[in-house]
Amino acid sequence: MPHTLAEKILLAHSDVADLAPGDIVMVRCDLVMANDVSGPVAFRMMEKMGASTVFDPAKIVMVADHFAPAKDARSADLQRQLKEWSDRHGVTYYGQGRGGIEHTVLVEDGWIVPGSVIAGGDSHTCTYGALGAFGSGLGSTDIAACLVFGSFWQTVPATIEVTFTGSKRPFVTGKDLILAVIDAIGVGGGTNTVLEFVGPGAAALSIDERLAVANMAVEAGAETGLFPADEVTAAYLSGRTNRPWQPERSDPDASFARRVRIDLDGVPPLIAQPHSPGNVVPVAEAAGRKIDQVYIGNCANGTITDLRQAASILAGNRVHPDVRAIIVPASQKVYRQALAEGLIDQFVAAGAIVSTPTCGACFGGHMGVLAAGERAVATTNRNFKGRMGSSDAEVYLANAYVAAAAAVAGEIIEPSAVAEGVPA
Amino acid sequence: MILEGAAVVIRQDNIDTDVLYPGSYLNIADPEQMKPYLFEGLDPSLRDQLGRPTILVVGENFGTGSSREHVPHAMLAWGIRCVLGKSFARIFYRNCINLGLPAIVCPEAVDAAEPGVTVRIDTDTGTVHVGDATFQAVPLPSFMRDMLASGGLVDWARRRLAEAG
Ligand code: SF4
Repeated sequence: MPHTLAEKILLAHSDVADLAPGDIVMVRCDLVMANDVSGPVAFRMMEKMGASTVFDPAKIVMVADHFAPAKDARSADLQRQLKEWSDRHGVTYYGQGRGGIEHTVLVEDGWIVPGSVIAGGDSHTCTYGALGAFGSGLGSTDIAACLVFGSFWQTVPATIEVTFTGSKRPFVTGKDLILAVIDAIGVGGGTNTVLEFVGPGAAALSIDERLAVANMAVEAGAETGLFPADEVTAAYLSGRTNRPWQPERSDPDASFARRVRIDLDGVPPLIAQPHSPGNVVPVAEAAGRKIDQVYIGNCANGTITDLRQAASILAGNRVHPDVRAIIVPASQKVYRQALAEGLIDQFVAAGAIVSTPTCGACFGGHMGVLAAGERAVATTNRNFKGRMGSSDAEVYLANAYVAAAAAVAGEIIEPSAVAEGVPA
Repeated sequence: MILEGAAVVIRQDNIDTDVLYPGSYLNIADPEQMKPYLFEGLDPSLRDQLGRPTILVVGENFGTGSSREHVPHAMLAWGIRCVLGKSFARIFYRNCINLGLPAIVCPEAVDAAEPGVTVRIDTDTGTVHVGDATFQAVPLPSFMRDMLASGGLVDWARRRLAEAG
């Protein structure tokens, strides 16, 4: 029977002879990940299950990123629990100064290979689809069961094939591609399905941009998002991992729940207005709105590619006096690369602040929380009411060019209007 | 399993877990201590209707967003017996089933429910009574019925560990 890529991965990780959308199967994990928010709750649930040992310490990773560096005593205690638990069970622990945001760190350190299954105690575990891996975002009780048994239950999803044709226009990035997809299918349009990204426009994306696309599959309600592995994937993984992998793709005659086609020649820089990632308009339509904060970072768009894009706008410019610009490299590696390229100096010289890698203000945790009535442009993935602080604040989601341009102009503006002479 | 309670109604679609339980309270791990923050970003006054047996009635794509299990933990701590909705976001739905909080899909019953009305749900047959009216819900797959009957994933795991010795 012909299968989609998602079905092939799930079949290879379960004990059934065959499977089809709607079946419930137990799926084996190649990796289980949790953080300082989901981990400690999972440990409690694991105790309640009466389990004292994990299925395989080599396949478990804990990352302190949400409230790191600790914002208060309670957060510090969560991180201590995470570290103590990791030490006790002999699992890899990424503390401050060693890692960064979980999804970025796992990808750049070679934990993720095409065709693998990752159970993550975080909804953006779908990010690993950039490398053709099935990342399933799970709650803490699910994670507890994964820590003990190395498997989780999964209803086999149908697949929506998303084909990107044409080529990107100036100042358009992976962020705009996924916003275009969410605009096309809606925030619930991917429910019970996997989004599979194919076509020449997908193949042309770097891994950093694929990360941004796969990251927001969950914002369309999808189980996960997948890029079939190709030469770009192979080049990225070479020297990064020893884990074996095989390129896989959907069978040509596999059946899809739906086919969506996005012609990139017609996609301008986009922005998601408050309070939904599905409230998408061209940047031009939101232009002129005054802003108080710009946030460039997070697991979707805190890569070196994003920082280079931001720097291309900020270098030689000044952050508008009414704006706070906060730039957060997603990992220590990204941070060091940005240092080596002189980007951090350009940011600071422009009047931005640069923080250590953290989830921080992305979820309104700390380090850049918004006050009532404030408006921000962020390269993050969610702009729900209250997401970055006060429920009376507004968050606009956009790519790093758009965010950096807004920082300079003090209002939402087309990046082309700020970036005279910047090669896009 | 028969579940009965007074309806607490949230009509809007696409309610996300950030408004159900804001991020700044995620550093709490004890469900009892999560109770004061449930619905905080949506409508804190909804909590005034809790504290007795209740059925939470919700719209489309309820629980979208973060994987934060704090939401169903706080709901259970408040005595919410069941969530009756038009449709659910995937992680929220999983979390409910895993914690033994039934999440039942029945759009017609949602439309019929007014705040305070008695809602009675038979999770085995899928029958939903809203006041005097009766509706038929999408039946749960047997895997999920078993999971709920055994009290959720924790008890399911306990049994599996006991069987393994
Ligand atoms: S950066 Fe934001 S979206 Fe990504 S894992 Fe952290 S809190 Fe979640």
